Amino acid sequence: MPEITRDEVAHLADLARIDLSDAELDHLAPQLQVILESVASIQGLAGDDVPATSHPLPLTNVFREDVVVPGLTPEQALSGAPAVEEQRFSVPRILGDEQ
Amino acid sequence: MSDLILKTAAELADALAAGETTSVELTQAHLDRIAAVDGDVHAFLHIDAEGALSQAAASDARRANGDALHALDGVPIAVKDVLTTIGLPTTCGSKILEGWIPPYDATVVKKIKNAGLPILGKTNMDEFAMGSSTEHSAYGPTKNPWKLDRIPGGSGGGSAAAVAAFEAPLALGTDTGGSIRQPGAVTGTVGVKPTYGSVSRYGLVALANSLDQVGPVTRTVLDSALLHELIGGHDPLDSTSTTAPVTGLVDAARAGATGDLKGLKVGVIKELAGEGWAPDVMRKFNESVDLLTKLGADVVEVSTPSFEHAMAAYYLILPAECSSNLAKFDAMRYGLRVTPDGDPSAEDVMKASRDAGFGDEVKRRIILGTYALSSGYYDAYYGQAQKIRTLIIEDFNKAFEQVDVLVSPTSPSTAFPLGAKLDDPLAMYMQDLATIPANLAGTPGISIPAGVSDVDGLPVGVQLLAPVLEDARLYRVGAALEGAIGPVLSIDKLEVAR
Repeated sequence: MPEITRDEVAHLADLARIDLSDAELDHLAPQLQVILESVASIQGLAGDDVPATSHPLPLTNVFREDVVVPGLTPEQALSGAPAVEEQRFSVPRILGDEQ
Repeated sequence: MSDLILKTAAELADALAAGETTSVELTQAHLDRIAAVDGDVHAFLHIDAEGALSQAAASDARRANGDALHALDGVPIAVKDVLTTIGLPTTCGSKILEGWIPPYDATVVKKIKNAGLPILGKTNMDEFAMGSSTEHSAYGPTKNPWKLDRIPGGSGGGSAAAVAAFEAPLALGTDTGGSIRQPGAVTGTVGVKPTYGSVSRYGLVALANSLDQVGPVTRTVLDSALLHELIGGHDPLDSTSTTAPVTGLVDAARAGATGDLKGLKVGVIKELAGEGWAPDVMRKFNESVDLLTKLGADVVEVSTPSFEHAMAAYYLILPAECSSNLAKFDAMRYGLRVTPDGDPSAEDVMKASRDAGFGDEVKRRIILGTYALSSGYYDAYYGQAQKIRTLIIEDFNKAFEQVDVLVSPTSPSTAFPLGAKLDDPLAMYMQDLATIPANLAGTPGISIPAGVSDVDGLPVGVQLLAPVLEDARLYRVGAALEGAIGPVLSIDKLEVAR
């Protein structure tokens, strides 16, 4: 049976950029274990002869004519931004101390 | 209370056409109803009385002017809060989007605006459409108008409850694993998941792109057909939008209403019965199957063995897709930004914002999806789930070689008490056993009220499924069955005040 430990949940949350508290880890880890045990039932059910389906429709690349169409104005695009500076999204520093 | 709110959308359209009422009058009647009962029901997250009345006045002016009108012009509608609306908040039931006002309309919203349907407001939902009860809404649950201590289904419990409580004659929902059909079943309303790709997803905040579909929420099959034809059709802004025309649905509903199903072959899905299915639900379902036979249909049992694995496949595919979809909520361009003390980096801000902005169910699914997509687990989980998806499509194809439509109960039980499954995610997931296969395969499905349970008096839904792009069959068979069953929902059966 697959196992998803508390440490692994913490690692996955880190990868997913969610800062889970200790209390949340205690709460979520056992629930995720139960869910994982349930979905793990499909392991090995379908062999190599079964193709994978990623999408209900056969997807092909869709192109349109290369013509200019109206888009959002800068004001509209920035209208929901938490912080704006000089008509740009203002974000916290992106480099860490060691960089 | 105005009797106008008791009319179906088709009846309201007729009354408007006959000059018996105005859009302003009937929009106001629904706003009054919302004001009277939504404190108890909590179907709406935002109410736009001013906007709705101004759209209604514009509709009345068009009609007075003799302009060409859409059949539903002037009939008000409620919109699930996962569809973007210019100038109206769109929160997806999440704190991370609290107060966000989108700068663009979803294509389906543009279509209902262009057709002249006043938008009453935005309806409550499980956060980012993850759930079967609306209890995962960050703004508090919606109550079932039949019995206020029961769930209204989910994720689109707000749209279903608004229509069931006569707060709106029409609503838009979205269905990723049953979020239109299961709320329809537990509130005694009609809900349709159209063929994947036949209704634009542009402006639908994605949960799982390969599964999501917008569809109608109404009190009658004919009303769903009217709304479905309005919102359907190709959209160049959605690269998964099909070019097949979405027509003939209203005609099919009217043809079905004659009640003749001679020559129709119906398959009862063997796998969607037995353990885990409430006996009162099965009794009502079997009555519907008997009615189909009486209407002239030839009913047989059909086996779709891979449906047994649909839920497991779904709860790998969906978390995988949603974990990457929800990565865009990074506190940089829109939405909640939480800045920890000190000199936080962008990454620190993302982590703190996503922890504060997302609820438990969203976190569970993002982490599960991140796990399923991790190297070393990808083939065993996500890869296998995609193969199961192939097997489910093959099972549908084989079944539809034998029969024209498939039938099952929509939901394994009637509306359960609020709180009953909140801390047991797996039990909550089981609500979608019957609805998930259609999303995995892209096939259309409808839930219509089958009657009320002989145990708790709450509504039971019956689901019909048809092959891809054969949505018209659902309307023909649905309307015939609806006529044979007779009215299930009525205002006097509700716990909310008349």
